[in-house]
This record gives sequence, C-alpha cells and structure tokens, in this order.
Amino acid sequence: MITVTVNGQRHDIDADPNMPLLWAIRDILGLTGTKYGCGAAQCGACTVHLNGESIRSCCTKLSRAAGQQIVTIEGLSANNNHPLQLAWNEMNVPQCGYCQSGQLMSAAVLLRENPNPTDQDIDDAMSGNICRCGTYQRIRAAIHRAAELAKEGAKS
Amino acid sequence: MNGISRRHFIKTTGTAGVALWLGISAKGSTRKVSNVATAKNFNPLILVESNGNITIFNTKPEMGQGTFQSMPAMIAEEFEVSLDQITIKNTSGEKEFGDRQRAGGSSSIRTTYNDMRKIGAAAKTVFITAAAAKWQVDESTCYAEDGKVIHQPSNKSLSYGELVEEASKIELPKEPRLKDPKDFKILGKVSKRPDIPLKTTGKAVFGIDVIVPDMLYATIERCPVLGGTLKSFNADDALKVAGVQKVVEAERIVGKHHFTGVAVIADSYWNALQGRKKLKIEWDTKGHESFNSKEYENNLRKLASQEGIIDKNIGAIDTIKVSSQNTIEAFYETPMIAHHTLEPMNCIAHVQGDKAEIWTSTQVPSTIVGGGVNDVPKLAGFAPENVKLHSMFIGGGFGRRLYPDYVIEALNVAKQTDKPVKVIWSREDTTTQGPFRPMTFSQLSGSFSDDGKLVAFKHKVISPSYQESVRKDFEKTKVDGTMVEGIAEQDYEIPHMKTSYVRADYHVPVAAWRSVTSSTLAFAHECFIDELAVKAGKDPFDFRMELLSKPSDTKRVFQKLRELSGWDEPLPKNKGRGVAQWKFFAGQCAQVVEVSYDPAQKTVKIDKVTAVIDLGEVVNPDNVKNQTEGAVVMALTAAIKPGITFKDGKVIESNFYDNPVLRMNEMPVVNVHILAEGGKIKGVGEPGLPPFAPALANAIFAATGKRIRKMPFDLKIS
Repeated sequence: MITVTVNGQRHDIDADPNMPLLWAIRDILGLTGTKYGCGAAQCGACTVHLNGESIRSCCTKLSRAAGQQIVTIEGLSANNNHPLQLAWNEMNVPQCGYCQSGQLMSAAVLLRENPNPTDQDIDDAMSGNICRCGTYQRIRAAIHRAAELAKEGAKS
Repeated sequence: MNGISRRHFIKTTGTAGVALWLGISAKGSTRKVSNVATAKNFNPLILVESNGNITIFNTKPEMGQGTFQSMPAMIAEEFEVSLDQITIKNTSGEKEFGDRQRAGGSSSIRTTYNDMRKIGAAAKTVFITAAAAKWQVDESTCYAEDGKVIHQPSNKSLSYGELVEEASKIELPKEPRLKDPKDFKILGKVSKRPDIPLKTTGKAVFGIDVIVPDMLYATIERCPVLGGTLKSFNADDALKVAGVQKVVEAERIVGKHHFTGVAVIADSYWNALQGRKKLKIEWDTKGHESFNSKEYENNLRKLASQEGIIDKNIGAIDTIKVSSQNTIEAFYETPMIAHHTLEPMNCIAHVQGDKAEIWTSTQVPSTIVGGGVNDVPKLAGFAPENVKLHSMFIGGGFGRRLYPDYVIEALNVAKQTDKPVKVIWSREDTTTQGPFRPMTFSQLSGSFSDDGKLVAFKHKVISPSYQESVRKDFEKTKVDGTMVEGIAEQDYEIPHMKTSYVRADYHVPVAAWRSVTSSTLAFAHECFIDELAVKAGKDPFDFRMELLSKPSDTKRVFQKLRELSGWDEPLPKNKGRGVAQWKFFAGQCAQVVEVSYDPAQKTVKIDKVTAVIDLGEVVNPDNVKNQTEGAVVMALTAAIKPGITFKDGKVIESNFYDNPVLRMNEMPVVNVHILAEGGKIKGVGEPGLPPFAPALANAIFAATGKRIRKMPFDLKIS
C-alpha cells in the first residue's frame, strides 16, 4: 500500500510500486485531466507537481510519490481561477486541449518561480511541453497575460 | 443535409415534460409524419423544452477546430438565442442526426453554413407565429430575441419554453427568411469557445479518459514489419504477470490492409504492458523484412521517367514549340510522415452477444455506426442497429481519426471478453504502425515563349496511391485524383498545361493527413513557380501577379497579402521573403515568410509569417486565427523535422525523441488576416498548411541563394 496525497486528499494505493504515477492518477484515482502522450518524458502532457515541482508522471514511479504531495490539473485552482487559467480562457488558447493540462502545470511552476518571465524564460520552461495543434504563440501570450493578472490580483 | 423538414413533433422527455424537436431531414425528405416513431427519419438539431432549456446538437466531432461552438452558432444566430443560453451536445452517430456526422476536409462550416442558418430561422418563425396567435396580433409586429418572442407595440414577451406546445403544431417554413448579415450578433464576432473552460481544468473528456465500470485494459503487439502476418504466439509467460487475464488475437483493418496482432488484456493498462513484454510471437514477414526507404525512394526516382497517366491536358502542350534554353526542369521530394495526434489511438469496446457499445475519439461517428468505405459494423461483423457509439472530445485528429482501424481492432478484442475493454496504443505503436501520409515526388518543367511569357507547365507526381491503400476495388489504370490534388486548379493563367501521375506499388498503409496531398504538392508546385520567376528575372510576387490578369480569388488574396506582409519594403542584407499560395478543395490561403540568415552560423531564423486566409464567411474569427497559427506550426514541423523511414521492413522512428515535432522555442511569430467578403464559403482547418513550406523555402532562397527541393530540410544551410 502506497500513501500519496493528491490535491490535498490522502489516498492509499494498492498497486505495483513501479507503476508510473500517471497511471495511478488516471486509472486508480480516476483523475483523467493528466494525460498520456508519449510515456517517455518527451511531450509533457502528463505534467503534475510533486512537492511543488513539475514532474513527468509517465516516467515517475508510484513509489517515488509515497508520502509526497501531488497536485494535478484538477487541483491547480478551486474554480478555474488560477491566473493562468484566467489568461488561457481570456485568450482562447486551447484547440484540441489534450496537452493543455500539462502546459498549465508547467507554466504554473514557471510563474511561481519567475513572476515576470521573458520570452526566453518561457521558451526555457515550456519547450518540454508539446502542443501538436500548435498553440505555442497563444501559450506564450497567455503566460505574459497571467503574469499581469497575478500582479493585479496581488494588488487588490 | 439537403433541406428542412416540413414537420417537427412533440416528444415527452424524462425531465422537462413537453419538448419540441426541430430539424432537417437526412435526405431532404419532405414527407409528413404523424407520430414519433417515423419522425426518427429526421435530423433534430434543436431541442426546446417547456422549462425553457434549449439544446443544440453538434454533428461535427470537436478535435480542436471549434465545431463544438461553430456548428451550433450558425443555428443560434438565426434562432435568436445567445450562446450562453444553450446547452451544446455532441452527437454520436445516431440515425436521427443524419449520415454526415464526420469532421474532415475542412468541411464542417463550408458545407453547412446555409443549411444551419435555415434550421435556426425556420425554428424562430414558428415561435413567432405561435406567439402572435396566442396574443391575437399580427406576426409582423413580433420579433424574437434571446430565446423569447416580443410583441413590439406592447413590449410583452413569451419565452420559447412557454411557447413549445403551440409552436410544435405549426409547420416549419421551407424557405425561411434569413437575417441580414449586418444584424448578426454571433457570426463573425469573436466569441469564447465553451469547451475551453473544460480544457483548462482537465474536465474535458477525451476518448482515452472514459471510465466504464468494470472495465479491463488492453495493449496490442503488432508485427513490427508492416505487412507481416501472425504465425503463432506463446502467452504462457504473459499470463503469469499479475493482473493479466487473457491474451487474444485481434484483427485490425485499415483500408485494404488486414493485420493481426496479439492483445494482452489485464486489470490495468500498466499490467497489460508488463504482460506484452513477455509475449513470444512468431511473425511471417512475407518478404517485407528487407524493405527500406532509401531503396523505395530510388525506385520513385526511376519511375519518374515513365509517362504516367494524364490527369489534365490543357492547351496543346505536346505540339507547341518551345526552345530548350527557355525551359527549366526540377525534381522535388517529400517524406512520409506520421500524424502524431497527442492523444494516441484508443477505444473502449463492450461486446455483449451481437451488440457492441463503443466509446472513442473519432472524426467519423457516422462510419462507426455504419456506412462508407470503412463501414465499421460490416467490417467487425455487427448489424449497424446493434452498434452504439459514444463520441468523445478528440485529442487531435489531423486525418488520422478518419480511419476507424483502431475501433475495429478494439471490437475484435472485446468480442473475446465479457467486460468492456479499453485498448490504448502506446506512442511507439502510434508512430510505427501507420497509416502514414505518403511521400510524393514531383517532376516539373516550365517553358517561356521567346518574348518571356510562361506558356507551358508540367507537373508529374510520382507516389504511392492513397485510394489504392484504402480501396480493394481501386482501378489502377485511372489517376488517383487525391494524389494530384490541386495541381491543375491554381488560378495562374498558363495556356498549355499537363498534369500526370505515376503510381508506385506500396505495401504500407497510407492515409489522408491534414491538407492531404496539398501538404506536399504545394511545396513542389509553388517553389517551382519561384524558380520560373528567377528564370524570368522577375520579383516572385510580380511574376505571380502577371500570371493573374483576370479577377480571381488568388489575385484578391495576393493583393491583401502583399500589402500586409510589407513585401515591397526593402530588406537588409541576409534577410529574405518568400511567398506562396494554394487553392484546393478545403479552401485557400497565401503566406509570406520572412527569414534572417546568419552567415557565421549558417543558420536561418524565421522572423515572421503573414497569412491571409480566404473564407467567404467567418463564424469565429479568433478561432480561425488559432487554427491558422496551428496550421503553420504543423507545416513547419513537416518541413524541417524528420519523416517516417523504414529499415529492415520496420519503421525506424518510435517516439518524439527520434520523430520530433515543433516545440515552443522554435515558434515563429504568425500574423493571420481573414478575408470574409462573401462568395464561395471556404474551409478553415487545412488551408493554412500547404503554402507555408514553399513560402519558407522561397524565403530561404531569397536570403541565401540556396534552392531547396527536398523536404524535410534543415534550417542549417550547408
């Protein structure tokens, strides 16, 4: 039995400790917002936070999450109101949307660590997340917009 | 969808009492119906319930192209309901919604724009008539707005919900009056897509996300040598893996190709994968084990010497006299590529006796419930009425999900277990098993008259045949029109033209890929036009405009592009611009790409892309821009990233590390301009792709003097 806290909730998971965290999150906990894209830490669709850091859950063993804090897209905000989510909605970022959970989770760490990211910072932080529909231009603009929204939010 | 049905009917729903269904008939039928049972022949896209709930059904699967909003928007505009007021539901191939429940060919809006508006307008009319009758006033004094009818003189109103019973007794007008576009509240305005909040919270349910109670999981080992067959397998070790329940054969049918794999069924996907590693399988590789891409491509080059089958022969190209010094020739090559939808192929199937239930992401719900060349019930052995589909949000289509091979395969697995089973393809499965976009090679020649006019143009395509891969009954003596797509249809005025096709045998399944063969032929065609401009000593834009003396869509698009791209503004040294356009079945777009060349590093950087897309009418302009930005990204990936190649009969590439796609750090600035000036309604999803690669290659020529004739090409100039 492996105990993992996901989005603030404790779960005891009875599964192969070598199972990637991705499949435990999706198939055992039923949180399907985190996506399978490549199984090789190449596309970023499976990005979640482990103790606040971005990890690729497709290549992270369930055992590594034991006793740790995991946050998935479902836990990014209470009401779709993280500055990134607000910006994503304002700027109509997604197309098919399949990669966007991972994009948002990667961007959330970037924005927390760097409230004023430059284009170069965004390239560095986001180049591990593939969007096959090609929404990169909008993701970039939305991260800048979210940075503004976060500051406005902090002021008010 | 040909016409509006004359009748609609009342149906009692479980939750809201009386409801009114309105719609258009699947086959333009106008026969009257008197009861609910026969009314199932109709295609009911609007549901109004007496409690005021309004649902509009979307028949075009949502794969990122925006149909979840744009299809209902066309109805809502004329029905006078706001998008906030309606619930949108995707259809799943149900017969009452007709046989056109498919998304492909950039066709959703361009083929339904007027029909959808008429459906909304007809529905609005009966509500106005019903209200006027109730109030005993003249209809002309009433109008509809925000889901209610208002009597203008008195300002009294009744909601559609309150009018359901009365409205349902009134005949729908056949030719309802449509709104003047200047009064549009939804169409042509920027509007938020309702699926976006679902996609920023992880709540959008894609096929791979569906959880069916008691469901099992499966992964399938398929012959690594494409075209091989299953000889035998030993599952003893696989069955010892914890959670593995069963190992079965499963046939997959993709077009004319039949493949058999070995499916491992387990209680979790992870356990199924562990079991798969333990399978011992013997394949018969059927002589394909020595197949390799290099040899095949050499064969295509050799085939170029054949005359081929004539596609179009315009003028008298075989008899006119042109001198060899006024003639240039060139040969262009493109690779085979994968679709790489980020959501890998997957399907849940539950077979109980002779009935099947399916949950999947598909571009073709109507095919999955029966019909067309890939008729799933027929190929999987079910009566169409026994197949029930749940069509989910799609994590990328790009043409791949026009092919229901993964659904047939999942059904064949599910036949061998009582429980629902979710089959998931790994990224490696998706990369190596096809179908792929075929490569096309092009031989071109162009000749000028002595006074410098382009008089003759030939484009011969050498490639495997898409239609041959799909259809068993393909007629080999005929041109596969898909493989010469668009090359005889450009607006350039050239008096003598010949287009032809040389078909190459191929055992690898090939498929439509976003913008189909235009994605490769436009590269050859529009780069060669540039070569001709150079030969003529003219600016490539001027040269093209001189071939467009008559009014045409291309001319109009080019005029706008020239202005917006700043084509005539001088560029410093080591910068260059390239232009290209393409007109084909899906629509029309033209682009200018601007690049910088760094001679020290010998690298090219894309500074900006300006695109003009011609639509006739536009539903959601911001979504069109998003689509076109994305089309450029996909076209750039196809232009500069490696394709799919074979060695020893197997696909060499397997995942994004050896078959990369474009990433954030490679994203150029893309500016999109929409032309919506009436006229022919054109598509959105695909037209942004074909002109990009030639515009880029032409820009690289302008900046560096290096002519590129082969995709993929490197931005490092050798």
